[in-house]
Amino acid sequence: MLLVLLLVPLVASVILAFVGDRKFAPEINIMGSAATFAAGAGLAVQVYMEGPMLAGGKFFFVDAFNVYLSVLTSFVSMTTAVFSRRYMRKEREHGRVGHIRMRFYHAMFQLFIFAMLLCLLTNNVGVLWIAMELATLSTVLLVSLYRTPTAIEAAWKYFILCGVGIAQALFGTVLLYFAAEKVLGEGGEALLWTNLSRISPELEPTVLSLAFVFLMVGYGTKVGLVPLHNWLPDAHSEGPTPISAVLSGLLLNIALYALVRCKVLVDGATGTHHAGNIMMGFGLLSILVAAFSLLRQKDIKRMFSYSSIEHMGIATFAFGLGGPVATFGALLHMLVHSLAKSSIFFTVGHASQMHRTQEMDRIRGLFRGNPLVGWGLMLGVMAIVGMPPFGIFTSEFLILTATMKDAPLLTPFLLLGLAVAFAALFRRVQSMVAGDVPSYQKPMKAAHVPVLLHMALVLVLGIYMPDFLNKWFHTAVELLK
Amino acid sequence: MKTYPFIIELLQIAILLGVSPALTGWVRMMKCWTQGRTSPGLLQPYRDIMKLFSKDVVLADNASWIFRFTPYLVFGTAVLAGGVIPMLSIDLPIASTADVIVIVALFAIARFFTALAGMDIGTAFGGMGSSREMTIASLAEPAMLMAIFTVSLASKSTSLSQMVHVIYSGHSLFRPSLAFAMIAFVLIALAETGRIPVDNPATHLELTMIHEAMILEYSGRHLALIEWAGMMKLFLFASLGIATFAPWGIASAGDIGFVPASFLIMMLKLGAAGAGLVLIETGLAKMRIFRLTEFLGSAFLLATLGMLSFFILE
Amino acid sequence: MNINIASQINSFLAALVLLTAFGMLVQRRMYGLVHLFAWQGLFLSLNTAIVGFVADRHHLYISSVLTLTLKVILLPYILHVLIQRLKVHKEVETVVNIPMTMLIGIALVIFSYHLMAPVRELSTLVTRSTLAVALATVMIGLLMMITRKHAVTQIIGFLAMENGLFFAATSATYGMPLVVELGVALDILIAAFIFGIFFFHIHTTFDSLDVEKMARLKEED
Repeated sequence: MLLVLLLVPLVASVILAFVGDRKFAPEINIMGSAATFAAGAGLAVQVYMEGPMLAGGKFFFVDAFNVYLSVLTSFVSMTTAVFSRRYMRKEREHGRVGHIRMRFYHAMFQLFIFAMLLCLLTNNVGVLWIAMELATLSTVLLVSLYRTPTAIEAAWKYFILCGVGIAQALFGTVLLYFAAEKVLGEGGEALLWTNLSRISPELEPTVLSLAFVFLMVGYGTKVGLVPLHNWLPDAHSEGPTPISAVLSGLLLNIALYALVRCKVLVDGATGTHHAGNIMMGFGLLSILVAAFSLLRQKDIKRMFSYSSIEHMGIATFAFGLGGPVATFGALLHMLVHSLAKSSIFFTVGHASQMHRTQEMDRIRGLFRGNPLVGWGLMLGVMAIVGMPPFGIFTSEFLILTATMKDAPLLTPFLLLGLAVAFAALFRRVQSMVAGDVPSYQKPMKAAHVPVLLHMALVLVLGIYMPDFLNKWFHTAVELLK
Repeated sequence: MKTYPFIIELLQIAILLGVSPALTGWVRMMKCWTQGRTSPGLLQPYRDIMKLFSKDVVLADNASWIFRFTPYLVFGTAVLAGGVIPMLSIDLPIASTADVIVIVALFAIARFFTALAGMDIGTAFGGMGSSREMTIASLAEPAMLMAIFTVSLASKSTSLSQMVHVIYSGHSLFRPSLAFAMIAFVLIALAETGRIPVDNPATHLELTMIHEAMILEYSGRHLALIEWAGMMKLFLFASLGIATFAPWGIASAGDIGFVPASFLIMMLKLGAAGAGLVLIETGLAKMRIFRLTEFLGSAFLLATLGMLSFFILE
Repeated sequence: MNINIASQINSFLAALVLLTAFGMLVQRRMYGLVHLFAWQGLFLSLNTAIVGFVADRHHLYISSVLTLTLKVILLPYILHVLIQRLKVHKEVETVVNIPMTMLIGIALVIFSYHLMAPVRELSTLVTRSTLAVALATVMIGLLMMITRKHAVTQIIGFLAMENGLFFAATSATYGMPLVVELGVALDILIAAFIFGIFFFHIHTTFDSLDVEKMARLKEED
């Protein structure tokens, strides 16, 4: 099932490259993603029944931590594919993309999903790096899809900065291998995560602390942690909206996943809270800087990109804090943020298509113009700022409680960040959804399934935690201790 | 107390005085050949010096003692430096009292006084030359010291005799630190001896000259001494380079029988060094003076890299 | 070939890699940069082969050949063609304050040496001392990407950084497992195609490859 999950998007990518810009290409895209999701769900059931497993000659593995992320990734990519069908059709009508670019878009979309799933499922820390780089490379040209000066600039920035960042992570991986080789002997075995986590107390602590600094800078760039976040608002705001949704909703999660995997090894080796402290520092800084940057934004997609930085900061902070409650909160936060943020991007995409602009000052009267988009955006923002009863409230509440217990001095900063973000987002969203319909607003048919599905899930997760998820999270918390 | 080290010492100084014009002549001759001109011959510098000695000195009215004293000082420091650098043997009495830093200082004193003398008369060219010379010096000297320290580190001594001894008997074939230091040294030597691409010894074009501008007011025996000292400086830098980076053939302590052979080897190596210099000079154009910071900056960089690679790689 | 001489040749090649890194940092001409990059690749490839011989790791020969084809032949060729097509070969980049850049570069070398000192202590490999040089090469590539404003130069800086990483893997651990080496090479190849496409996009959109011209996306106040 695991190999199927990886093969489907790869095959779909090849097929879409051949199909090109036929009429049914978006449908194939959706079918591919749906098949991926089905495989992901199948894998989840299998893991739920049989527990963690290895596959492909120890090359792939699934445990409680990455199984839920794989399901999440395949699910969001499926809904995004559904959304992109209608969205990209509209973009074509507006003449922003042509034949070749549509072919490219579909093929790269599937390749990107493949790279992310490979990141999650591989057991080899080196391959993790390669897949991460592949995920970056496959999205670079998607960000510049519109070929406007700003889009090219954003993509170039994305390419260069992430390239630089990820290079540091490779150096960290080399150091990790250096330490592991001493214990496990040389060869591919020494980079397998399952082996590494088994022998992590025997690894040389000085080398691992050094390696973590490089890994932190490297994967931290991809997570979009301040001060390495410069590329993120540009890349997320200039690309096509479906890409923004998967970048914000999925890729950031994957990078954080890689970072957390590395942190576990370092913690095992050093036996101190060194790695956690670094993560907490980066996380808190990201929360505060992103929250205050939110206040100054004029571009709607840019604003929500900053919100992504803020939420990744929260999750990084919580993972750094450690402890069962905070880790549980962080895992949940990754899940609900991803669902809520991609749903917000769906509505934002439609809203800016209706107004033919991304400037918030010109977006008005969404409630009346298109109730689904308006209410979707409103509810999404309510969820993302952490209002009950949505799932983000639960996760943020858990993280706050853990902070008050373990690091009470940092609580005010955390609260300040959350409050500023709350105010900034709310101030903006109200003016966009309320009011009369402006003359330049064009009605359109929105893709309502993805938005409704995501919001429903976020809501459900805030009220009721399914049993299997609970079990996975608890196992994952044990794993990451 | 043994006497033969003193004999070698005197012999070295005699060689320095006697051969240095020939080296300059050799370089000029080769340069003529490479440029397809007829050369005035190997002995022309001797004739120049003889001619200048026989001429009267013309002194400006406002020339002070510095102006008159400088030629002798410059000549004296060059001779003294010749006693310290091992050319024939490492067994030199003066070398045990003066190390390589002293040599750098000797050159610095000579330069300082030349610059003062350049400004002493108060002509525009003298001042301009002095200012340019000091600019170059301020960049070249740190680089020079850096290169020399690298070699000192590798041989664990600043005494030249000791350095020659250690490098001669060292086992390492490839020493990155020494290679870097050598390239740096060549660049600095070009700057210090006023060759292309830093300065052109053959020009009196007012916009480009540096060293020539400073000594423009000299005449007669003063000029002869300064010219001779200049030739010795070239000779000294060549033999300093040979001693630190290619010391094969220099007689070790007590090995007096080897001295004639080492004299021959030295002549060969000097000839090769001259040929190398001619290659560089014909291959390159003179740089604009503002680009010299980059030229000497890269010399400094190389010297520093040499030092770092000593720590990192060796 | 005895081990001692081999390790000396190794150090020497490491020094040359560092030298080419510095050369790229201060080189203004496009072709000059590409040639320096090719030289660096050649030194790396030789170095890898020698390490493979000394340490008796045969998979390093594969890495060495891979480096030779990719970084000495293929990438410089691609860059050469791109530079010619885009007609930027005559462009001389205005690089500000070269001496300062060099000093920063030297500081980075010292910093890397300091950072790698504990690793060097722990390692028993012949190549342990070159690890600091490898990190320095990475850092200098980074510095190059920061100080240069031309798209082609930035990419060469990026590739030089990649060289440094490869070098680090060779000197710290006698190379990463082959799967990883191959994967990294594949990634670089894809990156090469992407930046090739990018050069054309930037060139047609901005009429220049000067990255400074791309300054529309800024935080507005």
